[in-house]
Amino acid sequence: MTTGELCIEGLRAEVAGREILRGVSLTVRSGEVHAVMGPNGSGKSTLAHVLMGRPGYRVLDGTVTLDGIDLLALPTWQRARAGLFLGMQHPIEVPGVSLLASLSAARTPPSGDGDDEVVPPDVAGQLAVEADRIGLDRRLLERPLNVDLSGGERKRNETVQLGVLRPRFAVLDEIDSGLDVDALAAVGRRVREATTEWGLGVLAVTHFARLLEVLVPDVVHVMTDGKVVATGGRELAGLVDQAGYAAYR
Amino acid sequence: MARRTAALEAFSAAPLPSAKEEVWRYSRIDDLDLDRFEPAVPAAGAPRSAVVSSRDLLDPFGPRVAAVVSVDGVLAVAEPAGPDGRDVVVGALAEHSEADALLGAVADAGADLVGLNDACALDPLLVDVAPGARLERPVVVLHVAGADGSAVFPRTVVRVGEGAVASVVEAVVSEQTARRLLAPGAPGVAHSGGAAHEPVPGGTREATGEVVPARALVVPVTELVLGAGASLAYLSVQALAGDVWSLATQVSSLGADASLSSFAVAVGAGYGRLRTDSVLAGAGGSSRLRAAFVGSGDQMLDFRTMQDHAAPRTTSDLLFKGALSGRAHSVYSGLIRIRRGAVRSDARQTNHNLVLDEGAHADSVPNLDIEENDVRCSHASTVGPVDEDQRYYLESRGIDPGTAEELIVAGFFDDIADQVPVAGADALVSRVLGRRLVETEHAEVLRG
Repeated sequence: MTTGELCIEGLRAEVAGREILRGVSLTVRSGEVHAVMGPNGSGKSTLAHVLMGRPGYRVLDGTVTLDGIDLLALPTWQRARAGLFLGMQHPIEVPGVSLLASLSAARTPPSGDGDDEVVPPDVAGQLAVEADRIGLDRRLLERPLNVDLSGGERKRNETVQLGVLRPRFAVLDEIDSGLDVDALAAVGRRVREATTEWGLGVLAVTHFARLLEVLVPDVVHVMTDGKVVATGGRELAGLVDQAGYAAYR
Repeated sequence: MARRTAALEAFSAAPLPSAKEEVWRYSRIDDLDLDRFEPAVPAAGAPRSAVVSSRDLLDPFGPRVAAVVSVDGVLAVAEPAGPDGRDVVVGALAEHSEADALLGAVADAGADLVGLNDACALDPLLVDVAPGARLERPVVVLHVAGADGSAVFPRTVVRVGEGAVASVVEAVVSEQTARRLLAPGAPGVAHSGGAAHEPVPGGTREATGEVVPARALVVPVTELVLGAGASLAYLSVQALAGDVWSLATQVSSLGADASLSSFAVAVGAGYGRLRTDSVLAGAGGSSRLRAAFVGSGDQMLDFRTMQDHAAPRTTSDLLFKGALSGRAHSVYSGLIRIRRGAVRSDARQTNHNLVLDEGAHADSVPNLDIEENDVRCSHASTVGPVDEDQRYYLESRGIDPGTAEELIVAGFFDDIADQVPVAGADALVSRVLGRRLVETEHAEVLRG
């Protein structure tokens, strides 16, 4: 297991000319689970996409490093190759493109610097194992990416990809929404296990504490209005769940 | 002969088509100068060198029941059916006792350049499937054309007798382009050697933006005649070199309860036009029309379709999909016509275009002409670039931008590539589309 850290410092960013992130700082170490909680519009999802480099999200200031690598200087795909994963709140349909083809491509050296001697990893086998671990019907793996999947199936599909790609750090944007109780438990358990299996560091964005009963966080951040306004232990999640965010505005 | 003379007189008397006419709108027809070409004439002895080599051009089409090949418009090979010999006849239409009735039975001499083909076709070919026959494998019809300075007028009549079940694969190719795009084997190998100096499809315009006149002209006309209850799967492939202009017409006429499933693959020619008319003449007939096209460079691919419902309870279902890169231009213009009396007919028309580069362009013009009330019709079309969200999703998994786009483009064709009607030909279709996408540097493989 390696150790490292995802370090966010003074991050400011805008979307469509409007500043959404107004100075976010936090550090996730390998093997840790951090939760980011906050009301709608607090900037949680924006943080997730800014970290991954979504087009249209412009960084104004601050730094993001992964094991010392300047992520903000890299295009999206190289951030992923550097070890960052984003489990999306709304996973996007890609018609005609299979999960197997896309993950095989993600695990293959990019065109140009390919090494013909590299034996392709058993992506299909790993997909099946990961699907079984969280109770996702293997037949759904045959579908084009996210096409005709329910909300909950998409979230489990994201979790399967996390298990196959084995990133250093995962940002999970409301991975709990759309999941029923059993699926939530399975997904939470899988992510928790990844923190010990290969030292995955997790930044889990969520509205509710429900996920955090399974995926128990080491650190909880409360975010409102584009800033982290409180940081504490897992007990903070319980407080927020009972009292809401009013005290932090 | 009388028909040819009459056709030539009629064609000469009428003005040449012009882009002012709706069916030629957006097209490059005004750049056509017929005087630049010599109609191919039968040479003494063997036409070109291709009599021998055209046989191996048939190999990519896989197992077949029979085959017929024309080179420069002249019948070169007629390979009759083996054990199924009584079920299907292939060869020169002129040798058939009903030749006069068969030629032009469904193709209107006034449409597009059909009249010119009527006048100039040297050796019309016939595929005649006997009533009640069930062909286990396809009949392959291959036209090799595109020699410098030539004008070639391939003509094919396919008649499927009452209740017969048949499949036909028809290809119009330039010799080298065919070897590069159609032959099985690694595309990298096919790229090298003799094909190296062959013009890539789409390279007909100089940097000035002026259209360089075509070096060869091909005007194919295919007539598909389906008797009552007949069923035909028809795959056509246009893989001509980029310095050739192709102005093709495919007309089908369906008897009662007949069923046509056609699929056109169009990837070649500097200007490649395909007019597809399907006439549902008998009650209960059904046609399913598909086309997949890939354009690059300065290529123009131009599709005009007519779903003509002339009888009750007829159905037609059309889906044309294409991808364009560079400065390529595509046109889709289609008409659903429901004639009076064609009650309870059902017609669908869909055209999707993926525009990969800023300089590429697609025009899509669906149209309805409905003279009857109790019918169902729908049409839809889209023109757009690769979806940014899809690209972002794939890149967020660690897929580099080039590969992400390849996956998305291959995915765009995935549904239609699954609908190739001729059994065993889906690999050929995936190969042709995939290699053209490689040439446009937009996709590595199409999964088949």
